[in-house]
Amino acid sequence: MVTIGAGPAGLAGAIEAARNGVEVVAFDENERPGGQLFKQIHKFFGSSVHQAGVRGFNIGSGLLDEAQKLGVEVSLSSVVLGIYENNVMNVMIRDHIEQVKAERILVATGASENMIPFPGWTLPGVIGAGAAQTMANLHGIRPGKRLLMVGSGNVGVVVAYQMLQAGCEIAAVIDAAPKIGGYGVHAAKVARYGIPFLMSHTMKEANGKEKVEGATVIQVDEKWQPIPGTEKSFDVDTICIAVGLNPMNKLVRMSGCKTVYVPALGGLIPAHDLNQRTSIPGIYVAGDVSGIEEASTAIIEGRIAGLAIASSLDYLDEAAFVEQRDRQFQNMKGLRTGSHGEARRKAKDYLNAVMKG
Amino acid sequence: MGESEKMRIEEHPILGTFEKGKKVQFTFDGHTLEGFEGEPVAVALRSNGVLVHRYTTKRNEPRGVFCAIGRCTDCIMVVDDVPNVRTCVEPLKAGMVIQTQFGKGPEMSE
Repeated sequence: MVTIGAGPAGLAGAIEAARNGVEVVAFDENERPGGQLFKQIHKFFGSSVHQAGVRGFNIGSGLLDEAQKLGVEVSLSSVVLGIYENNVMNVMIRDHIEQVKAERILVATGASENMIPFPGWTLPGVIGAGAAQTMANLHGIRPGKRLLMVGSGNVGVVVAYQMLQAGCEIAAVIDAAPKIGGYGVHAAKVARYGIPFLMSHTMKEANGKEKVEGATVIQVDEKWQPIPGTEKSFDVDTICIAVGLNPMNKLVRMSGCKTVYVPALGGLIPAHDLNQRTSIPGIYVAGDVSGIEEASTAIIEGRIAGLAIASSLDYLDEAAFVEQRDRQFQNMKGLRTGSHGEARRKAKDYLNAVMKG
Repeated sequence: MGESEKMRIEEHPILGTFEKGKKVQFTFDGHTLEGFEGEPVAVALRSNGVLVHRYTTKRNEPRGVFCAIGRCTDCIMVVDDVPNVRTCVEPLKAGMVIQTQFGKGPEMSE
């Protein structure tokens, strides 16, 4: 089995498959494994089975240790360039290209950030929220001195708080939506610093010639139209964009699998059943590429895929598979509750229905 | 330019201090600067107050770090005479020669 991506979903899938005897190679294009987990310095939610209260980077180290103990080969700086017929892949490993054939492929390529364009958005100093996290939490450098956060979803509020921890100032958190999108717990941590949340506000422009020297925001009406005369300016050197994620589906689409556009899951999603199987025999998906959720759900999906792969290769008998998989279904239930979780659960059910035809 | 900007996090409340390689010198457009070996070139530049990495081909507009994970290619520069190097994922080495990239950068000799 090959997993494409050694983030939370890919590693969890590799672990479950390897535990049952499957030979696993995990390819990751980065120099370090773990996907985005090592940038997550906040404590996770859920109950103890979801490792609630454990910080993301510790979950990452735990998965990595376990994978290595089980003999999973993690191949870094390895970019899977394409998936072709009969589960053949071309993989660029550092400076050469190898052809690899796997009996099963778990595509766990994750997501990329959405962006909103506005005048000045290409200026140095306008960055993705992920970039801010990478710089501060991995490399120990502040992306800027004073930041404006665009987007109040979980990424926006979590990263805003992380920037405060890094010693940056936050001028404000803005969002075009009328309500804060992120969990109350995360938003409250930012609000306690006295940072204003400007709801129903969007970017008008980034000011500056060579780099960001300020930001102008404007209020929007209920039809998302800017209201002239409501502009406000902030003296900031950095504008951080956190307006959602979209599934990194390019590679899996090359396999020719069936896809469905599902707004609740962030975009074009490879259809998959409850065992994370796509419409192409032998190809599975897990984590953000199969619908934008969270690292904790990605880990469970990865485990389900790993178990299903082990079972499909006869390393796990039907009864043991069903028992272990159902335990993961149970763990997942707790994470797909609330209005957001419920919408995601329904979307997943829909994808399963698409698979059945 | 220079470390006067104080962008590095000395003591992080959750992460403590950051493990870095040894301090090394490199040049940026002819100026000698300092950074830590193995960290991304873009991080060393940011610590020295450098935000503009290149100017675009058609409109000559400034660009810098955007995604910081090697995906968007906005931060490319000329590194040791090689153009289009993604500085956010290129590890810094002692004596590296880093230059602002204009357009597609200089022609490479065979």
